[in-house]
Amino acid sequence: MMWFNIAKAQSFMPTQGTEIAKQVDNLYGFLLVTSFIACVLVIGGMIYFVWKYRRKTPNDKTAYISHNTALEFLWSFIPLVIFLGVFGWGWYIYHQMRAMPKNALEINVLGKQWAWEVEYKNGYKTVNEIVVPINQDVKILLTSSDVIHSFFVPSFRIKQDAVPGRYTALWFKADKLGDFHLFCTEYCGTSHSGMIGKLKVVSREDFDKYMEQGQEERNLPLGEKGKKLFAVKACASCHAVDSPATMVGPSLFQKFGHEETMDDGTKIMFDENYIRESILEPNKHIVKGFPKGVMPTFQGQLNENELGALVEYIKNLK
Amino acid sequence: MAKTTAHGDNYINYEKGLWSWLTTVDHKRIGLMYFITVMFFFFIGGVMALLLRLELFAPNTAPNVGQILANGDVYNQVMTYHGAIMVFMVIVPGIPAILGNFFLPLHIGAKDVAFPKINLLSWYCFMAGAILAIATFFTTKIDTGWTFYTPYSIRTGTATALMVLAAFIMGMSSILTGLNFIVTVHKLRAPGMTMHRMPLFVWSLYATAILQMLATPVLGITLLLLAVERFLGIGIFDPKLGGDPVLFQHFFWFYSHPAVYIMVIPAMGIVSELITTFSKKVIFGYTAIAYSSLGIAAVSFFVWGHHMFVSGQSETTGIIFSFLTMLVGVPTAIKMFNWVATFYKGSVEFRTPMLYALGFMFLFAIGGVTGIMLATLPIDVHFHDTYFVVAHFHYVMVGGTLMSLMGGYYYWFPKMFGKMYSESTARMSFVFIFIGFNVTFFPQFILGAMGMPRRYFDYIPAYETLNKISTVGSWLIGIGFLFGLYTIVHGLLKGEKAPMNPWGSKTLEWQTPSPPPHDNFSVEPVVTAGPYEYR
Repeated sequence: MMWFNIAKAQSFMPTQGTEIAKQVDNLYGFLLVTSFIACVLVIGGMIYFVWKYRRKTPNDKTAYISHNTALEFLWSFIPLVIFLGVFGWGWYIYHQMRAMPKNALEINVLGKQWAWEVEYKNGYKTVNEIVVPINQDVKILLTSSDVIHSFFVPSFRIKQDAVPGRYTALWFKADKLGDFHLFCTEYCGTSHSGMIGKLKVVSREDFDKYMEQGQEERNLPLGEKGKKLFAVKACASCHAVDSPATMVGPSLFQKFGHEETMDDGTKIMFDENYIRESILEPNKHIVKGFPKGVMPTFQGQLNENELGALVEYIKNLK
Repeated sequence: MAKTTAHGDNYINYEKGLWSWLTTVDHKRIGLMYFITVMFFFFIGGVMALLLRLELFAPNTAPNVGQILANGDVYNQVMTYHGAIMVFMVIVPGIPAILGNFFLPLHIGAKDVAFPKINLLSWYCFMAGAILAIATFFTTKIDTGWTFYTPYSIRTGTATALMVLAAFIMGMSSILTGLNFIVTVHKLRAPGMTMHRMPLFVWSLYATAILQMLATPVLGITLLLLAVERFLGIGIFDPKLGGDPVLFQHFFWFYSHPAVYIMVIPAMGIVSELITTFSKKVIFGYTAIAYSSLGIAAVSFFVWGHHMFVSGQSETTGIIFSFLTMLVGVPTAIKMFNWVATFYKGSVEFRTPMLYALGFMFLFAIGGVTGIMLATLPIDVHFHDTYFVVAHFHYVMVGGTLMSLMGGYYYWFPKMFGKMYSESTARMSFVFIFIGFNVTFFPQFILGAMGMPRRYFDYIPAYETLNKISTVGSWLIGIGFLFGLYTIVHGLLKGEKAPMNPWGSKTLEWQTPSPPPHDNFSVEPVVTAGPYEYR
């Protein structure tokens, strides 16, 4: 089956991180080879005939062949059989993708404009980074807090939309250590192409260590906690914190204690209350030069302690 | 006879003045009006495409060439206008409204379509919708993609409602055209023109008309529901109001999948005409091609779910839709084989229209086999919403529909305008478009396999080389169309006078002067044989 392996080698599919990925690539390899043969037959046949029967004189006599039932049956039947075979093979793999394993490690993932919020069973939260142990069934429970996103890990050949208002799920069992890309494949607006996460497959021991660290972070000082929250809530995807650079929203670097000009020309002191208002009612006052309605409200998503932590962090951006 | 002498001897000079065009009920003039407007929109959509490719020439972090457009929002708007203009204003109306309007009555020996005034109304509907769509550009613009997926389209602060209204009005135009064609085919065939003597282009327009009539209203209803939700706050698609965003996808694709066939079936019809004429040979398997158009049209209503394999629909639903999609592949494959068989023992002449027909077959074969890949469930899970899909539908819609539309233009150019075009520049145009197309879109298959998602303003460095190649290809296509524009303008101004039947074709439109008189035929034709009797 050398030709088959050549086809697979030339398929440009990303690293195979799971058993399912190998199965998908086998089917894809088969399709590539069959498609190639089909194209050679059709396009090659076309080129051969048009060249062989090119016009020689203006009054060429042509054959009168209106149809050929046997031939037509054959070229309807053979594709049908191939298509149905491919369909069945696809069904077999798809069923494995969709049958959720029991006793899987469950991780909740929330898609939001424009980040992935990850929450483990022990309450540990991260953003844009999922760490999973190798050779372990992992089930990702997906939903979205705003528009539809889609969870795609090319190396695992899996994808599932994260739909607001309901849960969807997918599973995988990584058999390769390393970092893999996590893309959003459902168009979700301004920073759709920046909604990239990392899926880290680590050994069992490293995974346990990672979880312990997560527990410790709960007892951090207020500013540190704010820094963590700033990342988890994906504030950083729109606000710069270490330079005055403008991203989607205004920079927060060295803003505390200075006046900010609003789009209606008024000036507002950048103090604790202004930070609080900007988080909970972001559209009440808009900084000059920025569009209204871009930042979502965080009303109801942060408790007082968390708000305090964020204010503490933003105060000290120097 | 005093009155008639004031009229010219063909449809172009039959009456004079802009007003005579704007109030015309002549199907040929309406076809030309569609021609001019659709080509204008094609130019705008094309410029948008070049902009998108330019932005994607390098990742945004690259020095100098990295970021061309101001930000992600601008990119998303350009992407949306490119898609919406090309789909709703170019590819959907392209063949039926331009070439269909012009040639359907000529093909069946009729004086006009069944309802000439409704035909004019359809052009005004199209223009009203199109102007509204362009007008959104001067408001807050739109950034939803041409698919208007909820809840994004409800939440985004842009002028989605206006654009949706525009698509609704253009849909109306599509329905009117469909209605007109169905009645025309049934009622206005010349004596002796039985259904089985109709040219295959007519069969394909007939199948398309059925789709336009039955599918487009669903789009209208969907867009209306979207408006109702947005303005009256009734929860239909928005989960915040208790709606279901995936329901929108079902509605949308229930129209938009048949719409894919609204775009491609007429293209297959044109290719059938080109291949017989330039092979001087009867088409192989007339009945199979004619009825496979209807077969594709029928099954196309039941495959919409293959756009939603990863949307959260159940496993069983996915399996059923995958199965039905495989079935659509069969009649499509049959057509390809029939065309190849038609060349056998023919007399093939490589005129520009024929080059486009061959280009169509080449690209459509690739579009077809990649379609089967995407219909295969687990393969689609990986390819869904990646550049593989972008490449696939460009191979089908541009490689299929646009190639055949171009072939059709050159083929019927002498008949429409009474002038011949310059063969050398037309061939040059084809070469650039064909090579440029493959250079642009083939690398996108590979990008998709590597995992690059679509609708991306920026990408990781691993995707850079292939994106560069793709962008260079878009410039080749651009050059090709400049040659094409030159050919058309040159042909109109300086072309030689066209004879009645320059290609030696057998169908009826070639048996009347070029350009045709106001009433199409001076004597009503009587048909005694099939359309491709090259003996």
